[in-house]
Formats: sequence, C-alpha cells, structure tokens
Amino acid sequence: MSTALFGSLQFGILYALMALGVYLSFRILDFPDLTVDGSFVTGGAVAATMIVSGVHPIYATCSAILAGFIAGCVTGILHTKGKINPLLSGILMMIALYSINLRIMGRANVPLLNEETMFTKLGSFWENSAAASILSVDWAILLTMALITLAVKFLVDAFLKTEIGLAIRATGDNKRMIRSLSANTDWLIILGLGLSNALVALSGAFVAQYSGFTDISMGIGMIVIGLASVIIGEALFGTKTIVRTTFAVIGGAIIYRIVVAFALRVDFLETGDMKLITAVIVIFALVAPKVIESFKEKRRRKQRHARHMAANQKDGERLA
Amino acid sequence: MVSDLLKLQHIHKVFNEGTIDEKIALQEINLQLKPGDFVTVIGSNGAGKSTLMNIISGVLMPDYGQVAIDGKNVTHLPEFQRSKFIGRVFQDPMAGTAPTMTIEENLAIAYSRNKRRTLGRGVTKKRKEMFRQYLETLHLGLENRLNAKVGLLSGGERQALSLLMATFTEPKILLLDEHTAALDPARAELITNLTKEIVERTQLTTLMVTHNMQQALELGNRLIMMDKGQIILDIDEKEKKNLTIESLLEQFQKIRGEQMASDRAILG
Repeated sequence: MSTALFGSLQFGILYALMALGVYLSFRILDFPDLTVDGSFVTGGAVAATMIVSGVHPIYATCSAILAGFIAGCVTGILHTKGKINPLLSGILMMIALYSINLRIMGRANVPLLNEETMFTKLGSFWENSAAASILSVDWAILLTMALITLAVKFLVDAFLKTEIGLAIRATGDNKRMIRSLSANTDWLIILGLGLSNALVALSGAFVAQYSGFTDISMGIGMIVIGLASVIIGEALFGTKTIVRTTFAVIGGAIIYRIVVAFALRVDFLETGDMKLITAVIVIFALVAPKVIESFKEKRRRKQRHARHMAANQKDGERLA
Repeated sequence: MVSDLLKLQHIHKVFNEGTIDEKIALQEINLQLKPGDFVTVIGSNGAGKSTLMNIISGVLMPDYGQVAIDGKNVTHLPEFQRSKFIGRVFQDPMAGTAPTMTIEENLAIAYSRNKRRTLGRGVTKKRKEMFRQYLETLHLGLENRLNAKVGLLSGGERQALSLLMATFTEPKILLLDEHTAALDPARAELITNLTKEIVERTQLTTLMVTHNMQQALELGNRLIMMDKGQIILDIDEKEKKNLTIESLLEQFQKIRGEQMASDRAILG
C-alpha cells in the first residue's frame, strides 16, 4: 500500500504542473483549453526525442517548455485572430498536435530506458553524495520534484501579481472592462494560453523522463485530469487568494492520484477503467458541492421554520 | 482660440445595411468639444446616444466620417489603444470592474492604463498609499477595504470605484453612459455628486449620456439632444442656465413637429 501511496505522491507532484497550466487557462483566463491533450505529449515527445539524440536532459526539458508555449500561442491566435470559438480552437490544435507529435517522435513510442534523464542524473548525483545514507534516492527525487513544483507555483503566483498578470486575470474576469482600460485582450489571451501550455509541456517532459518513455496516446484525457485536480483542490482547500488556490491545485493533483490508486485496488476495476474513474471523479466533484449546498439550505429553512413556530407558540401561550 | 479636444465630422453609422432590419443609427453627426467642456446628452431610446459613445470610444467604427481627439485622427485606432486617453463608465455597475479581483488590484489595472504594462508588481507599497488617498475622496470608506474583492461591493460602491478608475489617471476625455441609471435614487445622487466633484476638480472634458432630464440640466456647461440619429438641439452654457424641463420638452416637440410636417409634405 505504501508503495502505491508513494507512487501517487510522485505522479501527483509531476502532474501538478499540468494542473497549474489548466488552472491558468480554465480559471484565470476562463478559457476551456483542450490543447492540453496535445501539448502534454508535445512536451514528452520533444524531451524524449532530444534526449535520445544526445542532448542534455535539462536543455531537452527547456525545449519542451518552449514547444508547449508555441502550441498554446497558436491556439490563442486561432481564437483571437481567427475568431474561432475557444473549445473548437483547442480541439483543432489538439488534433493538429497529434500529427505533429508523431512527426517529432518519428514513431508512436519513444523509450528512454537506457538514456540519461534528469532523474537518472539526479539519482546518480545523489548516490555519490554524502547525504545518500540519510535519504534514499527515491525520496531525494520526490523532494526535488516537490521543490521544483513549488518554485513554479511561486513563479505563477508572482506573475499573476505583475501588471501583465493582473491584466490577464482581468481579461478572464471582465473583457469589456480591461479593454476600456487600454489592454490588448487578444495579446493577453495568446500569452496566457502560451504560458499555460508551457507548464503542461513541462509536466509532460517530466512524466516522460520519470516513466522512461513517451507514448503518442499519453495525453488522452489529460484536460479532464487537470480539471479534476483543479476542481478537487478548490473544493477541499479553498480559493480565497491566488496563493492559496495554486496550493489547492497542487493538492488536488496529488489527491486525485491517491483516489485513482485506491479506486484501482477495488477488485472489479481494471487499469483500462482509469478514464472512466476520472470522469466519475470530475462529475462527483462538480455535482457534490451543489447537492451539499442545497441540502444545507433546506436544513436552514427547516430550522428557521421551527424557530418561527416555537416563537408563535410562546406568543400564543402568553396571550392565553 | 483653443483647439477642439474632441471633433466628430460627418459621422454616419448604419446597422444591418441592405437588409430589412436596416437601421440608420447616426447621420451627419458633427460635434466639437473644447477642453474642459462638460456636455450632457439626452434623447429617447434609439436616438443614437450609445452608438455615439461607442463610435467615440472605438467599440464601433463609423461607416463614414472622422473622429479626432486632441487634433489627432483616431478614426481607425482600435478600442484598446484609444482607451489610453478615454475614460469610460458604463451603465451596468458590473461592467466597469473585475469582480474576482481586489479593490487595489482593480485600481492597479486602471493605473497602468496609459503606461506600458510590465512584469513589475501591480500593487506596490507606494501605489497602495496613493490608491488609499484617491479612495478617500469617494467618502465611502473603501480606503479601508483595499483587499476586499470588488464582487462583494454594492452597486453604488462599484460604480463609484469605476468612476475613480476611469478618471484618476486623468485621461483626455471622460465618457459616461447612463452611469447612474441602474442605481436607486439615493445611490444615483451620490454618484451624480461624485461626478460633479471629480469633473470640477480635474477639469476633464466630459460627455455624459443620461435619461434623467433634471440631471442633464444640473450638470455640465452644454446640453445636446439627439433624435433618430441626429443632434437636433445644442444648447450652450448661457442658454442652459435658464433652461427648465418644460421648455426643453417644448423645444423638442417644436423641432419634431416641424420635421413631421416636412415629412408629410414630402410624402403628400
């Protein structure tokens, strides 16, 4: 069990970067961006292909980020300049990326088994260091990833408080207002989607290196997983400030992995059921808060009614 | 001779041209505002007041004619570039602010209106202090709620904040589009007074659309009346002082009556 938990924690932290990207597009820009399914693979494809051809894993990862940024920008351009509906822009880009990803990889699957990845490099560095006796390599990698994810989180937080970041948030909040305050909403949407998909591609590059391969189908349903993380996180940890919400999104990504891990331990569920489980989790996370709210409201009304009746009765007794 | 701050020449705008729903929204609009002018615009629904505002702010492009601000032709400048020097307050209190962001963040967005937006912090300590001072001028206690989300404010408070956001960077022109119409009478009066105070203090060249005749008479140094896409009445400061609602309605009827008579002559 503890290995399952450890695994969920590791993947949760890796996928949290993708969830942060989805948070940027879905919540901050109010743009349901389906590019994610494609750009996640793009990140993995670029990183894996470059690593296989001998590029240093860090440069390969940076290139993956850039590729994701460009993919997001194209979606933004389709929407703003081509006036294509947001959902459709994302779907078009997702489909286009499928072929592009195949082109990048040259085949449907690129294994990284005997290659030097960021994780093998980190692992060998750790084993040779003095601290190896204190902390196992697995934990060292986990902690490093957690630190990287947190660093990205703080960067996102800081960015959203800059003048450009504020303008992007206002674009998602009230386009009319931000245009009347002299901001080019087209440019802000393109930039926002670019950054969002850059994070998604970074996550894809990490996941590819961690699991030792990139597969053309590894992005299927990624947007739903991202949404699940955002929604679960927001519901559990709150959205009072940006700093808190980005924490919540990371937490949501980890909890999502744990829930899936537990679900897969149920006897009659198979690995292939994962997407179904994800869909059910998202539906539950979307519906449950509303059901709970209406239940609370009903109870409040009942209590008010009871109080009212009691007061009336007292009045009646006094009169009698 | 001071040059015109806002100059509209031969503006025409038709919606749905060539279809059965064709509507002439503006025809042959010529309007000149001197620096510091405060013009109130009245007219019935469909008279073209909002279209006029949208043409000036760049939301709509005229089919014909020219818009110049401070001597510069801005007819084809997109809305977001024009809004560097045009402040606007809309009728809907929800329209002028970003509800999920805090008061100070909203002000920071407005503050960078006429500057290049950078990766510098939006709300700095120095700016915070400045925002607080500006908010004090509203007398609503908002200066103590800098971190409150704007979505939590009342309609009147939001509209006051919108007014501040539209004016505190001192744009060249202020456009007010029935900005008190959605408020209850007490709040509307508050916003009207604030408008008066701010325009007097900043000497902003202002164009205010209103449905409230009393407000149109009380505020500003000039009044124009629109009907069917045309400016049918233009009253200057001297004349405006002695104007009453009755005499205004009378004049409206007289002009419209004459036009109807001439229409009839043509049709007959």
